[in-house]
Amino acid sequence: MKDKVLASRRYRKRSQLAEIWHRLIKNKGAVAGLFIIALLVLVAISVKHILNYDTQVVAQKITERLQKPSARHIMGTDNLGRDIFFRLLYGTRFSLAVGLVSVAIALTIGTTLGAIAGYYGGVISDVIMRTTDIFFAVPNLLMAIVIVTALGANTLNLMIAVGVASIPQFVRITRATVLTVRNQEYVEAARAIGRNEFAIILLHILPNCLSPIIVMVTLRIASAIITASSLSFLGMGVPPPAPEWGSMLSDGRRFLRGYSYITLFPGLAIMMTVLAFNLVGDALRDALDPKLKK
Amino acid sequence: MLVPIIIGVSFLIYFIMDLAPGDIISQMAGEGTDAQIQVLRHQYGYDRSVFYRYVMYMKNLVQGNLGTSFLTNKPVWDMYRERLPETLKLALGALVVSILLSIPLGILSAVRSGTLWDNAGMVLALLGLSMPNFWLGLLLIILFSLKLGWFPSGGDTGFLSIILPAITIGTGHVAIITRTTRSSMIDVIHQDYLRTARAKGVPEKYVIRKHAFKNALIPIITIIGTQMSVSLGGAVLTETVFAWPGVGRLIIDSVHQRDVPTVTGAIIMTTILISIMLLIVDLLYAYVDPRIKAQYLRKGKG
Repeated sequence: MKDKVLASRRYRKRSQLAEIWHRLIKNKGAVAGLFIIALLVLVAISVKHILNYDTQVVAQKITERLQKPSARHIMGTDNLGRDIFFRLLYGTRFSLAVGLVSVAIALTIGTTLGAIAGYYGGVISDVIMRTTDIFFAVPNLLMAIVIVTALGANTLNLMIAVGVASIPQFVRITRATVLTVRNQEYVEAARAIGRNEFAIILLHILPNCLSPIIVMVTLRIASAIITASSLSFLGMGVPPPAPEWGSMLSDGRRFLRGYSYITLFPGLAIMMTVLAFNLVGDALRDALDPKLKK
Repeated sequence: MLVPIIIGVSFLIYFIMDLAPGDIISQMAGEGTDAQIQVLRHQYGYDRSVFYRYVMYMKNLVQGNLGTSFLTNKPVWDMYRERLPETLKLALGALVVSILLSIPLGILSAVRSGTLWDNAGMVLALLGLSMPNFWLGLLLIILFSLKLGWFPSGGDTGFLSIILPAITIGTGHVAIITRTTRSSMIDVIHQDYLRTARAKGVPEKYVIRKHAFKNALIPIITIIGTQMSVSLGGAVLTETVFAWPGVGRLIIDSVHQRDVPTVTGAIIMTTILISIMLLIVDLLYAYVDPRIKAQYLRKGKG
């Protein structure tokens, strides 16, 4: 009898979430990615209290312009004498905010439309999916350029533009997953006990479609950050003098010869951030769906 | 399927661009009287709905008339046609670069699956996926044209000048094509017919090249096709970095100059081109995959 108790204790069942977490942190890349993301979030939250935006981030100091990296300015200064390291730190706020808000927009609209298309099927689904096809046929960046041109270039419009450009992916993946779930017995049971359709979709179907959507969110944040900084690089995103990484790169372009460090660091920052989200996204895909694991 | 997509895409873009501030009336009328403005509004359909203007626009489009640029007063169609060959040239260069790099890399990763080679290849692919394209372009300029002086840093000045931009766009696709090649090859490598081929003494080189790779091609072609169409749209960045006189530059310059007809025309034409490209990719499957070809033939007879 005693043995049995021990055994059952040893093989104590972990909760679903703990199981996923356990699988996730076994992946070295995911741990590195999570670490970078945690660091970025920490910087984004605390930088406001450490640096003075007006005097240390956007103030121009002509006497200190174009200084190479040194102990005083560890990443050097740009053509207006602003410390690149400080600007990079502040820039995390823009990149993370644009990444999160734009994906939140795409997620809300995309999953709603996808769930409706998947659950009801028929003409509603056809209309939604054909419209999605049309949005899908326009490359992300062009779509964002069109929207920014029409609405005007500022941070909010940048978020909207990048978000709208990501909607089709969420519609497609949600619809595909809802299709696999909607005929399950538990959905039928919910219908049989007379729950309304809104509750069925929200409480019974969507929770069972979460895995691919979560993976999609992580990967789309990565590409949203790239698209946003691309638009800023083209002068259609966060307006100067805000320290957005893409517009910092664009500033550095005129000083490539001799002052290449100005373009080096913001690019590295974008790459590290995007890499972190990609690593976590890839690892989540494996962790959430053990069947896929080799 | 092509025509509805083209109509949908062009309407979508026309509709959003129609919201852009600064329409043709305010450009042309300037200080005209109210009566003159009314005449112009009627002439350009601004007294009717956006649908009416869109139909007018598309009627002109099929006749090769995309309106006149605010800035240069030249027909947008001519400006677009002037720039298109440059963008196509770049897309072709990028295609060559990405195929040369990613297919060997993908096959190698699949054949040596699980080894150091495989891991290195996948890390490289992930880095490529995470690197902003325009930044890579700037780094290439710093290294190869400013430090080493091997290639020009911008403009189209012959064969040498296409190399850096082609590498920039091409490596952007390497990540995805390599991953697809790898997973497609891994699927095929475990098939029975490969064991049979080896058993009857076919050299390993041919097993991989003829038996495995040929059967792994279909997803690879799909992804190359989609990536090509992406590069037609995404060349905007690379063309800006390298001052390449293509359609992407035309779009960006026109956006900055608030030249709405040129932006609308160039983007609509680009998306139409992309839709046609994707259709060609679909037709290519049929050519590559005898199973699909047979299906089409049967349908044709029945």
